[in-house]
Amino acid sequence: MSVLELVDVTAGYGEGADILHNVSLKLDPGEIVSIVGPNGAGKSTAMKAIFGLLVMHGGKITMGSHDITGMPPEEVVGKGVGFVPQTDNVFPNLSVEENLEMGAFTYDGPLEGRLKNVYELFPPLLEKRNQAAGTLSGGQRQMVAMGRALMLEPQVLMLDEPTAGLSPKYAQEIFELVIQVNASGTPVLMVEQNARQALAISHRGYVLVDGQNRHEGSGPELIADREVAEMFLGG
Amino acid sequence: MGDLLLFINFYLIPGIVLGSIYALGAIGVSMVFGILRFAHFAHGDMMTLGAFIAFSAIGWLGVGPILALPFAMIGTIVVTLGIDRVFYKPLREKSTIIVVIASFGVALMLRSLIMVVWGVNTETYSSGISMPLVFLDSFRIAERHIWMMAITIAAMLGIHWTLSKTRIGKAMRAVSDSPELSRLAGISTEKVVQATWIIGAGLAAIGGVFIAWDSQIHANAGWDLILPIFAAAILGGIGKAYGAMAGGMVIGIAEEVSSYPWLGDGPLLSPGYKTGIAFAIMVIMLIWRPSGLFRGRVY
Amino acid sequence: MSDQMIGYSSYLITLLTMVAIYGVMGLGLNLNWGVTGLFNVGIAGFFAIGAYTAAILTTEETGKHIGGFDMPFWVGAIAAMITSAILAWFVGKICIRLRSDYLAIATIGIAEILRLILKNEMWATNGARGISNIPKPFESLGGLAGPLAFLALVVGILIVVYVLLEKGQHSPWGRIMRAIRDNELAARASGKNVERLRLEAFIIGSSIMGLGGALSAHYFKFIGLEATEPLLTTFLIWVMMIVGGSGNNRGVLLGALIIWSLWSMSEMVIQAFSLTGEFAVRVPYMRMFIIGLVLNIVLQKYGQGILPERHPGGKDAQPKR
Repeated sequence: MSVLELVDVTAGYGEGADILHNVSLKLDPGEIVSIVGPNGAGKSTAMKAIFGLLVMHGGKITMGSHDITGMPPEEVVGKGVGFVPQTDNVFPNLSVEENLEMGAFTYDGPLEGRLKNVYELFPPLLEKRNQAAGTLSGGQRQMVAMGRALMLEPQVLMLDEPTAGLSPKYAQEIFELVIQVNASGTPVLMVEQNARQALAISHRGYVLVDGQNRHEGSGPELIADREVAEMFLGG
Repeated sequence: MGDLLLFINFYLIPGIVLGSIYALGAIGVSMVFGILRFAHFAHGDMMTLGAFIAFSAIGWLGVGPILALPFAMIGTIVVTLGIDRVFYKPLREKSTIIVVIASFGVALMLRSLIMVVWGVNTETYSSGISMPLVFLDSFRIAERHIWMMAITIAAMLGIHWTLSKTRIGKAMRAVSDSPELSRLAGISTEKVVQATWIIGAGLAAIGGVFIAWDSQIHANAGWDLILPIFAAAILGGIGKAYGAMAGGMVIGIAEEVSSYPWLGDGPLLSPGYKTGIAFAIMVIMLIWRPSGLFRGRVY
Repeated sequence: MSDQMIGYSSYLITLLTMVAIYGVMGLGLNLNWGVTGLFNVGIAGFFAIGAYTAAILTTEETGKHIGGFDMPFWVGAIAAMITSAILAWFVGKICIRLRSDYLAIATIGIAEILRLILKNEMWATNGARGISNIPKPFESLGGLAGPLAFLALVVGILIVVYVLLEKGQHSPWGRIMRAIRDNELAARASGKNVERLRLEAFIIGSSIMGLGGALSAHYFKFIGLEATEPLLTTFLIWVMMIVGGSGNNRGVLLGALIIWSLWSMSEMVIQAFSLTGEFAVRVPYMRMFIIGLVLNIVLQKYGQGILPERHPGGKDAQPKR
């Protein structure tokens, strides 16, 4: 069974026109899946739909056997979806460790083990644990943001354009972090602008255009696809 | 008596006491602004409420102001949580400015209830004049002032501990930093809001009791406090608890010290204009640095 | 006419005169908040400066306060608008660019500072004793005719203010104001000088409040500190606007009628119980409670007031605030 699945989702903001039209996609255990596509294709909108931030006009969203269609964000988090938004994804005035602790706010058990796991995954955070997150570099902030989302040991980690605004070198570092997180056993669903790099590390990918599914396939397949390449991979 | 001692005994110490009172109000205002995102204009009336609850506790139980403090705090906290539930929570999803207007309504209601329950006379906790303690022959300080400063320091340490060590305190700072991310992290906003009111109301009650204990209390006192405590919150930086403490202290001391005869024999500023100091400081901050000394938020 | 009839008529004239004066100030507030979204909680300050300006200019010289200059009513009224406009310019310059909460604090502040000045500067204002013997237009007519003529004057001014504001609000200027209130970013993006336009609205609204202060001073023939207390001059007007329907001038006038009637009649009801002792002193303060409660009920249940703002040519009838 898929960890997360969208079936024929049609949705939009409030009274406005729908942005997603019959979008279907799924994430299987152990996978990294990327959603790519040109600007305004509805990539980030799809993530917001999962988080119940859109008005659904059709279709359904499931996690395993649970229907999470239209659930408010807090409950979606409770069902095991860790989400790292594109911007403002750390608490700048809280220390690194406090950021991580806030990720586990709903978890009442001891935090030591989970903190240890995150520090093992992202060693640079250990030495900066008492530093305010707002003072860190872009890459380290992404570590804090992902670490925060991982504190609940989620079933799925969702990343909204984790490399937006970063130089290619930093972007590559982030993608390596994604691989590490995935290797530790968490399936990852991410939306990316850097399509080529993202697909290169993904098991599968979806290409969305104008709010509709256009292509899907394995990462290498999509990179090799002539139409996909012409459309937005820059030739 | 030397000029310096005169200054300390009659200007600086009263200034620190007044500053403590302002700080106790300003911390709540600043935290409510940071976490609930609205200027709470009924905060001064919560302080008045605390002062009058303590007044009743003193009258009925014969306790002193210090033992009356827990009654004032619990009473004010209960009333405040009730106010939030009935008047502010239903407006949570609306624009925060609507809640600001609602808080003016709440201020009127609180003041009116205080007038109906406790009357419109000016009240004091004790009628006798207590002799100040004298140290080193000339340094004099009233016993109640020592108590007030000690309790204020204890309250500040308590706040510091709560915000930096407890899970709910950290969550309060998190919500103040970013409500959206808090929601995505699964932080229960309602719990954080309640904690904010409990702390804000508790401190307001202490501040209110201090006002009455130091001089006197009147049902309208809350209105007069609004300006200095907001000025203190802005001076310190909105959302910054430590900023609000410092801001309250600065404004309280500035108000008292402004009437010291710095130049010539008369007071530098007529005591009738003391309250104007808070306003002047606020205006200067708004022009020069709206984020406050501690770099809080500007909305 | 029987004595009873005269009594009723006189009460009605008093009521309507007060409603009209509050109506003028309500219209000023509506331009600030209802139309432009400026959170002015310092009505008492603009009221006070207007009232004292008019009082000082129109009274005869007394030696108890600065002036008086024995000038005609209309000079005082216009001067009241000018002084309150200058005060508004000063406040607006500082905090019009910040979020509404700051403007609220600053306007409260300026109102309180003004009260301090009025109290402390005895030579200019006669302090807590206030300025009396302010001439009341048409008073020499006597009987019911005098108050009736004064009512006509106030209503006439109210109508002029109303018509001018309606014209302004339906002009391009008014549409821009609403646009700024509902979507400031979009208004900025289209190259509007948002700060300047807001400042204009703030100054005009505040000067109308100053005019209200002048009318009140002439009506009571007296201005003192009590009249500038925020309860009567700030909150009551806010409640009138919210209850009537902020953004809608007619709604505000309806709100003034309803709330002032409620306020003045509740006084009579309380008197009718002829309470005695300490209780008699305290119960009247329940009126404040009722006003606060009405405000909160309207905010929760009828967010738009009795007469909601009309949005010509827009389906999104909910102003985004």
